[in-house]
Amino acid sequence: MTPTNAGPQPERTDARVRRVELVISAVLRTGVVASLAVIVFGTVLSFVHHPGYLHPTSDLQRLTGPRAACPHSLGEIGEGLRQWRGQAFVAAGLVLLIATPIMRVAISILAFLYQRDRIFVLVTTTVLALLLLSFVLGATG
Amino acid sequence: MSPLSFTLSLLGISVLAGFMGSLLGLGGGIVVVPVLTLLYGIDIRYAIGASIVSVIATSSGAAAAYVKERMTNLRVAMFLELGTTTGAITGAFLAGIIQGRWLQIIFGLVMGFSSLAMLRRERHGVPLPPSLLAGPLRLDGSYYDESLGRVVEYRVTRVRLGLLLMYCAGAISGLLGIGSGALKVPAMDLVMRLPIKVSSATSNFMIGVTAAASAGVYFARGDISPFIAAPVATGVVVGATAGSLVLGRTDSRVLRAAFVILLLLVSVQMVWKGLQ
Repeated sequence: MTPTNAGPQPERTDARVRRVELVISAVLRTGVVASLAVIVFGTVLSFVHHPGYLHPTSDLQRLTGPRAACPHSLGEIGEGLRQWRGQAFVAAGLVLLIATPIMRVAISILAFLYQRDRIFVLVTTTVLALLLLSFVLGATG
Repeated sequence: MSPLSFTLSLLGISVLAGFMGSLLGLGGGIVVVPVLTLLYGIDIRYAIGASIVSVIATSSGAAAAYVKERMTNLRVAMFLELGTTTGAITGAFLAGIIQGRWLQIIFGLVMGFSSLAMLRRERHGVPLPPSLLAGPLRLDGSYYDESLGRVVEYRVTRVRLGLLLMYCAGAISGLLGIGSGALKVPAMDLVMRLPIKVSSATSNFMIGVTAAASAGVYFARGDISPFIAAPVATGVVVGATAGSLVLGRTDSRVLRAAFVILLLLVSVQMVWKGLQ
């Protein structure tokens, strides 16, 4: 068998896998920093919009109690962002944070494709599908 | 209490919780949930929702560093995530059905176990035959051990039992909003016989994905209140980062023992309040 049709050369494959590892590391770090920045921005915005929050108010019950009217679908968040509502920015930051490990799984699929590792492409795709399913299940259940 | 003092005090306490969690090797979640329920009187569902988000943030931050250092076994992590994510979704659903007081009791028990587990000594029993699954799945690996100054190779055993335990760890994580690293690390270290350093790096790597699976359910159900989650997530990350900087420099044995006692007391109180 000649080297050209012997499949991916181990050394090159390893370098590509290493690159994917570094991308995973960067995605995780960037995702956390970016989402926390959006969350802090949204929190500050809430207090700027509601000067009353600086004093004791019954609003605290509404904000932290059961049935808090918080945005929890992408549509509601998008609507709130257009109106520059602070809590909508916080919610968007939270969604970004939850999406960070999900992006990591999606990128891992690439690493296993490079290695021509069918079993692990399947394993990783299943995990990704489960993660996406959780949002759908939560919304209906 | 004004919303401003609520946010600021919660931010401060979350920084402390993250710091403590990071020194103990536990996530911030196991400290944050009792604080929210016992100190602030927040419904345990919302406490769990806020905690699970902070778990994603700390785990992802730590995992970023471990992956770069090649301490994580990515193949073992991906394979076991089949178990942890399925478990997490199960747990998040159970949390929607189970009464708040029972959640509190279960939380207290798991918390007590987790803090005691931190005192556990490293010990390995007799060598086991390699797992039938480890070969075809190519789970065996190696890592560079800094204290030994050489590459350590290891083999993975009892893969199926490990996967089953990961399902249970995932279910506890989804039910209580904690990373449940205290369950994942022994499952890899004692059952699957991965080196302890690889076990904790790999556990950390999986915690983010596990938490994302249950966070999806909590978020879509409306159990994650942005007003509570914002200071908790920000504070825990700041505290955990500070903790990881201090960790290498100080001899933290006395501090650890003090924290374990404190956590045990709080866990008893969680159970007691649930029983009342």
